Amino acid sequence: MANFTPLSAAIGGALIGLSAVLLMVLTGRIAGISGIFAGSLGLEAGDKGWRVAFLAGLVLAPLIAGVFGHAAPTPAMPANWLIIVVAGLLVGFGTRLGSGCTSGHGICGVARLSARSIAATAIFVGVAVAVVALTRHVFGG
Amino acid sequence: MPILAALSCGLIFGFGLLFSGMLQPTKVLGFLDIFGDWDPSLAVVMMAALAVSVPGFAWAKRRAQPILAAQNAWPRSTAIDLPLVIGATMFGIGWGLVGLCPGPALENLATLSPPVIIFAVAMAVGMALHHIWRRPGISIGHDVVLATAADG
Repeated sequence: MANFTPLSAAIGGALIGLSAVLLMVLTGRIAGISGIFAGSLGLEAGDKGWRVAFLAGLVLAPLIAGVFGHAAPTPAMPANWLIIVVAGLLVGFGTRLGSGCTSGHGICGVARLSARSIAATAIFVGVAVAVVALTRHVFGG
Repeated sequence: MPILAALSCGLIFGFGLLFSGMLQPTKVLGFLDIFGDWDPSLAVVMMAALAVSVPGFAWAKRRAQPILAAQNAWPRSTAIDLPLVIGATMFGIGWGLVGLCPGPALENLATLSPPVIIFAVAMAVGMALHHIWRRPGISIGHDVVLATAADG
């Protein structure tokens, strides 16, 4: 557990929870990123305006933090672009079919004590753990 | 005003993801790698988020309507059905392969990293494919459950 960063994780997590609560209390909307992104692409009914604004804030955050010396790290991605494309397609299709992702199910849904969201979260975390176990410890070196 | 509120919420969410370290895919994979050098940070992120959102949502549920809109758009679906199970499984596979879920994937576009841009475009294509597949007249073999409001 050499990489464990509990303090920054707790502060970051609290901010994510605060954002979800504020969005609900102010606009009556669930802070589910997959749903917001799909809506901003016109794949969901309703207006695009607030969705585009939310995503703009999301992308602006690391740029603003960068001005104050807290820039986002360069994301470490797989060298194989085929894996990236397949994973992106699965995340896009899967979050629509399953009606949510880590934010919509994992934070908002679990916070509403929705059995459906708790089940979804258990499944995607469990499957992702299995995939990492297979790629790192069975097939990987 | 709702636009400004959404922008502010996006900013706060973005700062949260940035501070939590979850923009870095290897950090997320470190949490998912329970058989390796396990990093429990993501569990702390989830618990801290829930520590705020559980009481916050309980409070929001008691309110008749949101401050800046006519009504609350609470998700209506409650079924643990096949689309939910298959969708969550597909998402889990993609998440485990790269370590990016939709929030960090989109926020990382700020870095202009080419592989992240490719991931985000593939994600949009995956969403569009789902949209085409479930359109009435083209779709086969699934019922009205799919047509109910999204959870997130």
